[in-house]
Amino acid sequence: MSAVAATVEITPELVAEHGLSADEYALILKIMGREPNITELGVFSAMWSEHCSYKSSKIWLKTLPTDGPQVICGPGENAGVVDIGDGKAAVFKIESHNHPSFIEPYQGAATGVGGILRDVFTMGARPVANMNALRFGDPDHPKTRHLVSGVVAGIGGYGNCIGVPTVGGETEFHPAYNGNILVNAMTVGVADADRIFYSAAAGPGNPVVYVGSKTGRDGIHGATMASAEFAEDSEEKRPTVQVGDPFTEKLLLEACLELMATDAIVAIQDMGAAGLTSSGVEMASKGGVGVELELDKVPMRESGMTPYELMLSESQERMLMVLEPGREDEARAIFEKWELDFAVIGRVTETGRLVLKFHGETVGDIEVAPLVANAPEYERPWKPTPKPPVIAADELPASDDPIGALKTLLGGPHLSSRRWIWEQYDHMVMADTVQRPGGDAAVVRVHGSTRGLAITTDATPRYCLADPVEGGRQAVAEAWRNLTAVGAMPLAITNNLNFGNPEKPHIMGQLAGCVTGMGEACRALDFPVVSGNVSLYNETSGEAILPTPVVGGLGLIENLERTARLAIPADGLDLVLIGETSGWLGASLYLRDIVGREDGAPPPVDLATEKHNGDFVRGLITAGRIAACHDLSDGGLLVAVAEMTMAGGIGAEISGPPEDVPLAGWLFGEDQARYLIACADGASVVAEAAKSGVPANIVGRSGGNALTVAESHTISVGELRRCHEDWFPSYMARP
Amino acid sequence: MRSAVIVFPGSNCDRDAQVALNAAFGRPPTMIWHGEATLPPHDLIVLPGGFSYGDYLRSGAMAAQSPVLRALRDEVERGVLVLGICNGFQVLTEAGILPGVLMRNAALKFVCRDVELIVETSASPFTRGYEAGQVLTIPVAHHDGNYFADAATLDRLEGEGRIAFRYASDDNPNGSARNIAGILNDRGNVLGMMPHPERAVDPLHCGTDGRAMFAGLMEALAA
Repeated sequence: MSAVAATVEITPELVAEHGLSADEYALILKIMGREPNITELGVFSAMWSEHCSYKSSKIWLKTLPTDGPQVICGPGENAGVVDIGDGKAAVFKIESHNHPSFIEPYQGAATGVGGILRDVFTMGARPVANMNALRFGDPDHPKTRHLVSGVVAGIGGYGNCIGVPTVGGETEFHPAYNGNILVNAMTVGVADADRIFYSAAAGPGNPVVYVGSKTGRDGIHGATMASAEFAEDSEEKRPTVQVGDPFTEKLLLEACLELMATDAIVAIQDMGAAGLTSSGVEMASKGGVGVELELDKVPMRESGMTPYELMLSESQERMLMVLEPGREDEARAIFEKWELDFAVIGRVTETGRLVLKFHGETVGDIEVAPLVANAPEYERPWKPTPKPPVIAADELPASDDPIGALKTLLGGPHLSSRRWIWEQYDHMVMADTVQRPGGDAAVVRVHGSTRGLAITTDATPRYCLADPVEGGRQAVAEAWRNLTAVGAMPLAITNNLNFGNPEKPHIMGQLAGCVTGMGEACRALDFPVVSGNVSLYNETSGEAILPTPVVGGLGLIENLERTARLAIPADGLDLVLIGETSGWLGASLYLRDIVGREDGAPPPVDLATEKHNGDFVRGLITAGRIAACHDLSDGGLLVAVAEMTMAGGIGAEISGPPEDVPLAGWLFGEDQARYLIACADGASVVAEAAKSGVPANIVGRSGGNALTVAESHTISVGELRRCHEDWFPSYMARP
Repeated sequence: MRSAVIVFPGSNCDRDAQVALNAAFGRPPTMIWHGEATLPPHDLIVLPGGFSYGDYLRSGAMAAQSPVLRALRDEVERGVLVLGICNGFQVLTEAGILPGVLMRNAALKFVCRDVELIVETSASPFTRGYEAGQVLTIPVAHHDGNYFADAATLDRLEGEGRIAFRYASDDNPNGSARNIAGILNDRGNVLGMMPHPERAVDPLHCGTDGRAMFAGLMEALAA
């Protein structure tokens, strides 16, 4: 071993600083058969971090369904791949950048976008759409506005520059995120179905090539940081946040796609969390081969970098690939044209070992199989969340001012227009955005065709907190419903599991419950999980976030002439409510923001009904029979109608409740599996629904320029719009 | 119609321009890499939107020093039509081919939305497909679109009929002086504009109000 490596003594403190437990270190000693040096310790630390190893969540993730006839590649690669017909595949994944975004919101969010884009184009796809799911703390918390403006600017700064439209997402506020915001970024790409690139290295002797940006000292220990709770001093971790360069990534994207059009690449892997360590180990492990790296050949941004730093740097916009022998010059010419670094830094070997050299000396030598196979996997103790009581709608005070409640909801932090956010994102570049932000799902045309991809991100954390299993089901069902509401056939999901500290049994119980519910819903709805990410330890000073399992759903629209939007397009249309309304107010937005209570069981999700109702609605849309469609979710029927009137600029009348449902439950209840559609001939839709066994009722009619409820409560569409549009810009402009 | 699109490192609306020109003219444009020092003969050259060189230093500043810009100047002198959209407009001002500068948006934020655009003159090959006073809906997407020039320059532009487009007075997305959205050079063969007409040629995307610009260019060259 070299002098460089031998100079650092491996003490118990150093092991602990690397986030490794005494038991884990004992296992390292056994695998190595000797004491590791500092570089090797760094490699183990990164690979066995929660972030890279999924050690707390893996046993639960294994319970999720990942197969289906549409699935080309499920979890385990850089991103999931599904068949979208016509010889094309959609490649997509969601990933969190929560911890870095809290510390440095602009760069944290920007590099989150950069990382997920790389995951997608590494597989040979051109990214066509970005989405995001954001959670911030209480709007009145002193840091919240700073975080909102930084995160939004960072997401926009990266996506706008690289030229991939950011077409939608969701943003919520809740005090539980005061110390831990969530920034989950999703990218969807399109590739030829027979030209997908994977990460398994092969062919001993083949060159291992480094391309992209130079390596600097940024982001060292990012993966370890993302695997621990925050304390008050978390901002001192700012140097562990990476810095993004979307311009370089644009060049890297074009250069990679250009090289991918040849057959020179054997395997390719982006350098994300844990940088060269993770990419080198993954490629060797997946291919069942060894890799020898000459670390002094890595292009460096600063002098004097040690092997330890080179292996753990999380500098952005870098890729590792294995080329076919003799193709180096051809590949080099492409990367040089795009003014990117290109360096042969090693080769594939038959040894099954990761061997690290530095100026000719061996500075690290680890057998790959046990490093990967022995990554800890914990069956952490968990405690199920106690079932909350069901709150009957008639237990709550009667609603005598539904319009006032509607204004509070639509004009408040939760449901107000997100225009302030999405106008900062170029949501039209690439000229294929068919449905812009603000609808149930974004719709992006498959370039050069008449088909489209529908994309949504969803989670209802307050349901997950009350009842994780039901909340997990609901997150999947809502994504499925949002895709259905634009006329898409839901294909698959990617998920981002954001939770607190898994070492606490009640937190682990939330994770276990949510994953259980998600699995049930995915199975029932033929909606498998093809990729995902887990973010744990979202706690500060012992306060955990709400359980937030974000679902990124993807659906296919066969004919873009046959889709639905939520805007009511004309006067005189029947408004038909599909699905059963019991007036469920437990864990609802109305209960929280109007009554002031955050309790009660969330609405149950009946998955068979969900599928039945949704298939019926999709059939109407693809048959071209409806004029508008909106799924019912937060805020229930009245919020849905209001959103449809605001989008179309045309008013509506809604009838009063059926006899057995109180007014508040009728208007604001959050019963699941419901849609509101606008159509010219409501009676025939109702009759057809009856034949199919789908509950459907005409509940109103479009027309005029006001929204009227039960003939007695009314508000103009203009006033609704003002109230809906005003909150966000006013909030951000507060002195 | 022989058209070309110049591609800088960091251009990202080059494909959008390519698709729009192909649809409008029935033949694909030549895609020209920024490193080219000479330009083959074309009737129309488009500088597309995006973030050339990351817009580092200033938007368009580094692209304005590209080899292809030297060649472009010669083409401008020869009267070839040049259309700079968004980042392309920024490049043209940085290169001094068009007067004025594009500063950071007044609200200091990137803005992407439809705007109402008023056609100020139909007396140019770019705008002959419209009528003066016509109101168009065309999207903008930029961080640095706040047009500024000294009062004398603005007066001259107005006096010479070189304002091609203005934002509707209640719909100025970036704080541009006198609501200016697009300007012509003194000879009328170069148009720079912040809004994206190439994004408005498809009813499924952002409407079709941009089509008449390309149709008008086709007529102008046929005439």
